[in-house]
Amino acid sequence: MEVTMSKNETFQNGFKRFWKSMKKTKYLHLLALPGVLYYIIFHYIPMYGVIIAFKDYNFRKGILGSEWVGFKHFIRFFENPFFWRLIRNTILINVYQIIFVFPLPILFALFLNELRDGFYKRFVQTVSYLPHFISLPAIIGMMVMFLSPTDGVVNMILQKMGLPTIYFMADPKWFRPLYIISDIWQHLGWGAIIYIAALSNVNPELYEGAVIDGATRVQMMRYISIPSIMPTIVIMLLLRIGHIMSLGAEKVLLMQSPLNYETSDVISTYVYRRGLVYGEYSYTTAIGLFNSLINLTILIIANRITKRVTETGLF
Amino acid sequence: MVKDNSLSTRILTLIVHTTMIFVLIVTLYPVLNVFASSLSSADANNRGIITIFPIGFTLDSYKMIFTAGAVPRAFKNSVVYTVVGTLINLILTTSFAYPLSRKNLPLKSFYTWLVIITMYFSGGLIPLFILVKNLGLYDTMWALILPGAIHTTNLIIMRTFFQNIPHELEESAYLDGANEFVIFTRIVLPLSKAALATVGLYYAVGHWNSWFNAMIFLSDQKKFPLQLVLRDIIMLAQTLQQAAEAGDLSARQELGLINAKGVKYATLFVSMVPMLAVYPFVQKYFVKGVMIGSLKD
Repeated sequence: MEVTMSKNETFQNGFKRFWKSMKKTKYLHLLALPGVLYYIIFHYIPMYGVIIAFKDYNFRKGILGSEWVGFKHFIRFFENPFFWRLIRNTILINVYQIIFVFPLPILFALFLNELRDGFYKRFVQTVSYLPHFISLPAIIGMMVMFLSPTDGVVNMILQKMGLPTIYFMADPKWFRPLYIISDIWQHLGWGAIIYIAALSNVNPELYEGAVIDGATRVQMMRYISIPSIMPTIVIMLLLRIGHIMSLGAEKVLLMQSPLNYETSDVISTYVYRRGLVYGEYSYTTAIGLFNSLINLTILIIANRITKRVTETGLF
Repeated sequence: MVKDNSLSTRILTLIVHTTMIFVLIVTLYPVLNVFASSLSSADANNRGIITIFPIGFTLDSYKMIFTAGAVPRAFKNSVVYTVVGTLINLILTTSFAYPLSRKNLPLKSFYTWLVIITMYFSGGLIPLFILVKNLGLYDTMWALILPGAIHTTNLIIMRTFFQNIPHELEESAYLDGANEFVIFTRIVLPLSKAALATVGLYYAVGHWNSWFNAMIFLSDQKKFPLQLVLRDIIMLAQTLQQAAEAGDLSARQELGLINAKGVKYATLFVSMVPMLAVYPFVQKYFVKGVMIGSLKD
């Protein structure tokens, strides 16, 4: 009896202390309130909305009122003849990004590090950020115009060299290369920032010591610069791998037409088309949920590995 | 410094400088070409001979897009969405980041988890679309602003910046009788101009360049932002092109009519110029901001 009493009292005391400290910091909680409401409304309510993947959503009946149908929509997706094409296209673009887009900013940062501080270095750096600030519609617009089979610069050059005209934007063979090349163009400079920051944190004494020991620039890059940004490279790579099943619809939609669906149709564009254009809400929510669950799994595994390798995680 | 004249160093220097010049050309050429083409005569554009200098200089393309069509209205819409959107982003982000930056705040771990979970899992496109419709935001500018009112990366950048402000400043103000709200607005925010500029630019670029949310959440063309109009112009040109190549005669004629290349180039350039004009002034803060946003803590 006594024991329960004292437990109760401790609980009450604890609560009182908590309440007192809450009162003391009431303005801070007031400041946090809009942010909390934002996350609840625009992130958690849609998470709850995911249950329509297991229902036949009907706009009039609402999320709660619609009928449960179990895994019907998931099974329909797995049996879809396009299932493997969507998975393959989504993963392939990501794999190509890791192979071709990922290493170049590292190389660019290392090269930039070889320049002496001054106007030239700053100029190259500023210019390299420029494409990051151009919108996707503008970038794809430039691509469409430069690659046009009738009056684009590229095809004019091809013609002058006696080569056949290529319908770049309509040809499924060209979709992935164009996607990757434009990605490199847009993200080379911006992607390098994080490695530039890591390189600027290297202790200058290491380089000075190496100079005295008679090391060449190449040796310094090989034995000082690269090892010192290795942890950053590993984290960035694991993060990137964590997103191997996700690819936003935005860029693909701009480059896509029924002519190149064979290589361009990915999960997110399929969800957009079947969901918002044809109104199949429940079916596409199921596809989205399937995709996020796989993503989540890969991401958690990648994060575990990151923590083990570098002792830092995300957030 | 000891001069390093080894062969490997000279080769490295050569490769480095070649790469830098290549990057400069490849980055600048397309943008300058678009600019030059937008200032060139229709004839020069159709013959496709423009490099980075205008041929047959004329402002006709700009006159055309700014006197007729959807561009002037879309430009104004984009300015409104960018200004209002960025302002709301900054208010919500800083006011949530500040409590998150304070040590020993009760409920802090609850707030943090609330945010972290959303980085790993989201409801996806369709549930968000249904929510926006149910809230009555569909076809209003708020559909472009409220669903993205806080970006978690930017929230983390702000929080980390606030954490690094010396705590003694806040304590002495507290002893002078100021409450947290006053400390936040009068002391912390004025000290955070660098972070506000960086995060503000990230948000502004996001608003100015976005078109996807406008495409799914707006139906009234009068509310379209510039990037969506640009995308429609490009898409129309592409669709007509494919039809014309497939032998559609009327498409071929129509293509001839809208194929005022200069006009397309001018629209493209107008869509890029505000952000390109601003970023060089803020870029000295980028390195710090990106570093914090991706790795810290």
